[in-house]
Amino acid sequence: MLNRMSISKQRTIIIVSFTLIPLLLLLTFAYYPALQLIHLSFTNWDGMSQEKEWVGWDNYAEVFNNPDIFGVFRHNLAYFFVGIVQNLFAIYFAVILKGKLRGRNLFRLLLFLPYILNGVAVAYLFGYVFDTTNGSLNTVLGGIGLPNDTSWLGMKSLVNYTLASIGFWRFMGFNMVIYLAALQSIPEDLYEASSIDGANGWQKFRFITLPNIYKIIELNLFLTVTGALEVFDLPFVLTTGGPAGASETFVMKIISTAFQFNNYGLASAMSVVLLLAVVAVLSVQRYFLNRGND
Amino acid sequence: MTKDTPLWASVKYGSLVLAVLAILFPPYIMIANAFKTKDEFLSKKAMELPDSFFNLSNFAEAFKQADMSHAFQNTIIIIATTLLFNIVLGSAFCYAVGRFQFPFRGLLVGLFLFATIIPQITTQVVNFKTVQTIGLTNHLMGPVLLYVGADILQIYIYLQFIRNIPYEIDESAMIEGASLFRIFYAIIFPLLGPATATIIILKTIAVYNDMFTPYLYLTKTENVVVSTSLMRFFGINSGNWQMVSAAVLLIMIPTCILYLFMQRYIFNGVTNGAVK
Repeated sequence: MLNRMSISKQRTIIIVSFTLIPLLLLLTFAYYPALQLIHLSFTNWDGMSQEKEWVGWDNYAEVFNNPDIFGVFRHNLAYFFVGIVQNLFAIYFAVILKGKLRGRNLFRLLLFLPYILNGVAVAYLFGYVFDTTNGSLNTVLGGIGLPNDTSWLGMKSLVNYTLASIGFWRFMGFNMVIYLAALQSIPEDLYEASSIDGANGWQKFRFITLPNIYKIIELNLFLTVTGALEVFDLPFVLTTGGPAGASETFVMKIISTAFQFNNYGLASAMSVVLLLAVVAVLSVQRYFLNRGND
Repeated sequence: MTKDTPLWASVKYGSLVLAVLAILFPPYIMIANAFKTKDEFLSKKAMELPDSFFNLSNFAEAFKQADMSHAFQNTIIIIATTLLFNIVLGSAFCYAVGRFQFPFRGLLVGLFLFATIIPQITTQVVNFKTVQTIGLTNHLMGPVLLYVGADILQIYIYLQFIRNIPYEIDESAMIEGASLFRIFYAIIFPLLGPATATIIILKTIAVYNDMFTPYLYLTKTENVVVSTSLMRFFGINSGNWQMVSAAVLLIMIPTCILYLFMQRYIFNGVTNGAVK
């Protein structure tokens, strides 16, 4: 039947029918909620009632003035700092694995492994490592004569860094694989030419490798920062925000505000703030890295 | 390439070995303890190996108590349906967008790519209500709808890939009188095979490992999936590390096997999505 239709008619049918459903899904689950969030953030909707009372900027005032809400971002900072170190390690290992190396594929396989593991399983994996009394980390530390009674997940000052270090373990290999692919796409003759000119290893890294992976550093940093802003599963599973809320993250706060306390208006305002934070990070980064580049 | 100095070579291998040890240490502890009996667990140090690696009773007990048969079954249903829709809708969309010029084509592609910067976690407050309105909370198809509708990984990968299939193939098929629809399913779709494989593997791992969506949308016990079954199991057995170890290993094994056999597609997918 289709055969008898003209090609241009077939074309129209295909363009419309093949793009319609994905487009509708995208609008329903990405753009509609983004716009709806903005609308809800100016109301005091409880998630159920018919009427949504307009409250102006009240929710935003609450987000920024209530230290219990905005202050939570401090906890996310730990993930950011650890994330930066994680990227430095990722670049280091990518550079190593790019060169001539025995067992290179095996190392890559093992370093990337944590990324594919189930997040809940990883959380408990480390629950055991960091356990105060039975934990293997304290056993090891005790074995080499260091204090063996640190409560890694029970101390307010430590808990976020402990959790962030699990993120390091989980995502370093992922960052590394991305850096590695970027390194491998740098033409080899650039390095050969610089060898002839007498450049040493560090000079090659500084003047050939780094400029060529700027874009990828940008991408990885973006992933790191947004990852830090959006941390949820590790603290949720391992500490449920404890001790005394010290490891609660902003996303955990959004979820409990909406689904436990039914304060959808406030939760929407918090979501909008998070959304804007991500967009801001992206723009600032674009601005600085592009400027550095030109 | 110049030869490494002995110092640099030892720093290189030394740091890699340290990194590998750090990565394998937590899973090693799980393996060492999952095979221990209760008495062994209490009498031995966490790092000591068990008497026998044939003591599988913890695994059997964990499998039963965490209701893993149910969890695996539900997870497989969710993954299979998600993949089916992702592949059909994603490849068809990219055929239309990748092969034809039409008004607003650029805008359409732009909409999809721009959506990646909206953090999915922020839209949950509204999406939860949408899914509730459709009546799919506590229904396995609720998460499927989100995995299909809100994620654009498949579109990204197919778009990258279809550009590298020469258009002459389409043209010669048209000359022979094939309909465009036939060209799509008999020629283009099979040629997209490697992209499809990459999508299958990356999506399977992502959905299998997701905790957030099932935790929010599938709260009833009969709708348990692997992530939530492990959380419930831990709630009952916290402190019982030899049992928890067995359950954790059972949950981790499937993706490890996939990873071992499909690593090429995983690395391709991760780097294609990011680098280009």
